[in-house]
Amino acid sequence: MTPQQISEKLKAQFSDRIREVKTEGVPDPSVKVAPEAIGEIAKFLRDDADLRFDYLMCLSGVDLGKNLLGVVYNLSSMTHRHKITVKVEVPVENPVMPSVSSVWPTANWHEREAFDLFGIRFTGHPDLRRILLPDDWDGHPLRKDYKVPEFYRGMKVPY
Amino acid sequence: MFETDIPKFKTSTGRSLRNEEMIINMGPQHPSTHGVLRLELVVDGEIVIEVIPHIGYLHRCFEKHCEAMTNYQQVIPYCDRMDYVAAMNMEYSYVLGVERLLGIQVPERVEHIRVIMLELQRIASHLIALGTYGLDVGAFTPFLFMFRDRERILDLFETTCGARLLYNYIWVGGVSHDLPPGFIDKAKAFCKYFRPKIKEYNDLLSFNDIFIKRTANVGVLPADVAIAYGSSGPMLRGSGVNWDLRRDDPYSIYNRFQWEVEVGKGEMGTVGDCWDRYMVRMREMEQSANIIEQALEQMPEGDVQAAVPKRIRPNTGDLYVRTESARGEIGFYIVSDGSASPYRVKARSPSFVNLSVLPEICRGAMIADVVAIAGSTDIVLGEVDR
Repeated sequence: MTPQQISEKLKAQFSDRIREVKTEGVPDPSVKVAPEAIGEIAKFLRDDADLRFDYLMCLSGVDLGKNLLGVVYNLSSMTHRHKITVKVEVPVENPVMPSVSSVWPTANWHEREAFDLFGIRFTGHPDLRRILLPDDWDGHPLRKDYKVPEFYRGMKVPY
Repeated sequence: MFETDIPKFKTSTGRSLRNEEMIINMGPQHPSTHGVLRLELVVDGEIVIEVIPHIGYLHRCFEKHCEAMTNYQQVIPYCDRMDYVAAMNMEYSYVLGVERLLGIQVPERVEHIRVIMLELQRIASHLIALGTYGLDVGAFTPFLFMFRDRERILDLFETTCGARLLYNYIWVGGVSHDLPPGFIDKAKAFCKYFRPKIKEYNDLLSFNDIFIKRTANVGVLPADVAIAYGSSGPMLRGSGVNWDLRRDDPYSIYNRFQWEVEVGKGEMGTVGDCWDRYMVRMREMEQSANIIEQALEQMPEGDVQAAVPKRIRPNTGDLYVRTESARGEIGFYIVSDGSASPYRVKARSPSFVNLSVLPEICRGAMIADVVAIAGSTDIVLGEVDR
């Protein structure tokens, strides 16, 4: 299916929860969806016979500025060989959205990474712990307003 | 929870023994973990009930570094240092992403040189993977043989760009140096030398009875689990999934060459066991040699820096680019805000994703098999932790 057809299908199924569609003039066609609907939409994307997005290539957190954090899902289908990018935006004060790790188990570690580095909380995640940084680290380094702490456990940072 | 089938042991007087679980730490300093990986094993006797990987010991904030750079080119050396045994593959993927953002077409000669370097790097990386895998399960000699042959590839890289491991060779729009005089003959000679060596490795290790007993039917990864967990590269193909980005999501000029995608067939046991993953790597080396020979044969003339842009300022936008590295799908999600340095770079590293399936395939294995399974996933911690 072409990206246009995919976004039409999503719009028909989820109507107003699809916020924005960009398929022209961008390297990767994308669909922006409401954060609370991402779990449901992910399940539909994976299970619908015409879509069959069985492979989550990448899940990235992004600090979009303007008090917004984003999560980007790059999906591909091994069955139908098409791709789509799904984007979600959440406010930085309360960055909460449903986890998709029950739909694509590979999202488990990716979401832990987004939690670790951006502080985005995924509800329904089986094991939302920091993954790359120590458990007692303060703050989320990939946010643009992050300040490197002066000390970590009495050690000077940076050395 | 995993149910063990060990009978309840009793002393001769009829008293039952206590039977309890235990936690064993494997790593972070342990030769079988190929770096600084810590595996927390929950075991019942010799049987592993749960594996909890702990990563991050080598975390260097690659993604934060990218944002702090003053231009796009400065990121390339950092990509090298992610997967330090397949550095060419890493930098190529990032460079391809930037080129797509800019809409640059690179000259034919550059495409050919890149394919040769990428495939040489794939062989070099697989040689490490297979050699150290032999070490993991107790075979020392193949390791020495493979490092001897890898040395020849590193020599080829050294004559080309001066570096043996971390190259900064692939530039946006070109490569840093043209091929030195005599490179084509040397590379052809290497391919000719290398083919018979694959048979030697096979005789020495692949079809060795002890090796087969250690790896066949161990750590079986079914195809559906592999796809759900996003496994890629030899991990995925070992499970019998015929999927290779070089063919299925074409980039560069791979579609011009004759070569096959190798998949695991379960010759020694079950499809998707450690032996299958091992053998996929072994056979891929021969395919890489095929590609190298054809690319050397068709090498056109030209200026390798003709398309190198003076200034890199992509338009605002984002894209995800993926290529097939030695370990699987290396992807970069790059966001440009129109300035001279990337706004956000996320590296989707194959080892990170391949490692996440480890708890799934280790469940119910013996402790010694965890070493064999972890080795067969071929992780590089520099890339897991970034």
